[in-house]
Amino acid sequence: MPQRNNEILFDHNHDGIDRRGFLKCMAWAGTGALCVLQGGVLKSYSLSDASHQHAAGELSFVQISDSHMGFNKPANPDVVSTLQAAVTKINALPVAPEFMLHTGDITHLSKPGEFDQVQQILQSAKPKEVFFVPGEHDVLEDDGQQYRERFGKNTKGAGWYSFDKKGVHFVGLVNVMNLKAGGMGSLGAEQLEWLEGDVKHLTKSTPVVVFAHMPLWNIYPDWGWGTDDSAQALSYLKPFGSVTVLNGHIHQTMQKVEGNVTFHTAASTAFPQPHPGEGPSAGPMKVPAEQLRALLGVTDVNYTRGERALAVIDSTLE
Amino acid sequence: MTARKGILGATIFFVLGSIVFGVVYRTMAARPVDASSVEVKIDNFSFTPPSLKVRVGTQITWTNRDDIPHTVVEEEKIFRSKVLDTDEKFAFTPTKPGTYKYYCSIHPKMTAKVVVE
Repeated sequence: MPQRNNEILFDHNHDGIDRRGFLKCMAWAGTGALCVLQGGVLKSYSLSDASHQHAAGELSFVQISDSHMGFNKPANPDVVSTLQAAVTKINALPVAPEFMLHTGDITHLSKPGEFDQVQQILQSAKPKEVFFVPGEHDVLEDDGQQYRERFGKNTKGAGWYSFDKKGVHFVGLVNVMNLKAGGMGSLGAEQLEWLEGDVKHLTKSTPVVVFAHMPLWNIYPDWGWGTDDSAQALSYLKPFGSVTVLNGHIHQTMQKVEGNVTFHTAASTAFPQPHPGEGPSAGPMKVPAEQLRALLGVTDVNYTRGERALAVIDSTLE
Repeated sequence: MTARKGILGATIFFVLGSIVFGVVYRTMAARPVDASSVEVKIDNFSFTPPSLKVRVGTQITWTNRDDIPHTVVEEEKIFRSKVLDTDEKFAFTPTKPGTYKYYCSIHPKMTAKVVVE
């Protein structure tokens, strides 16, 4: 059973990363606990603890993903309502996030009306600033031209960019263009070159947050859940003491810690997908209507200066 | 006597017919589909059949039965569909023999081929 405010300290490698405790904590996650990694120390909290005792720290933002506006099949005939429920959830957070990240598949079919509708719904969110990266569903037919017209100001190439907030460096990457037959996500040489130059002169103690649609680690290659050339990107981030990678695409939360890098995928606000290999394909997973919102969600991220890692907390819509 | 001859004749006819049918069927399996049009089904993130053999001039129709959109894109861009939502179709009639490898540009792990003779 999850315990409140329980600290776990197994640091056999003496590198501040509590791997065994983390694995134990992840096992609890299925029963409704959440694990917060702060400065190398794991704390577990019960999700039923309504006050959500997380360190607000200096910077708080939210990640949403895979809204798939325009999807209307049985897995969720009303993606408008579930996106609105996500906004309601965000507006109810005890510490108002400063801004939002949307990690792509904003629309289902890249239609103008679909983009319009998402932007309209997000207007009622308290955080007014939203940073986007495209999913493969946002760049259909036009190589992302519409996407860039709406969200590509000050971006390069297919829409990559970086910005800083309160001492944290954010990098938005595009890994859904020019996908090769039989392959997975792809960053491409031009973007990799830009990334190398973008982070080269940062001090190594600067926390870095990288966000992109498709996972930057190989979760399940058979279903295309990975990025073919992410290793090179990650090599540019190796010198940094704190790297958080936020992705979408797989419509479920998943987390991995590798050295100083925490990888995290968000749930969708539209429909869930099966766990790797569980089912005939990666597509929308139908569940009884009353269970749907428990499989959709938003991700709250908090940074406290001096803490090595960012606290990443997932909440479901119900 | 006549009845027995009749039965014998029928039996011989049946046996010979089966042999001929068997031979024709077996050879047909190795030949391109003999029809003016063939179907490829898209479902569960796959193309079925993943390998199709047809003659030049045969119309191939892809139908998306999945609940997610897909595309049909030949690797050398010899044919390329627009985005196909559920129940939408794309048709192509090859005019030259060859092996045409194609995939879904949205979900590139979905690969298949058409061999045209």
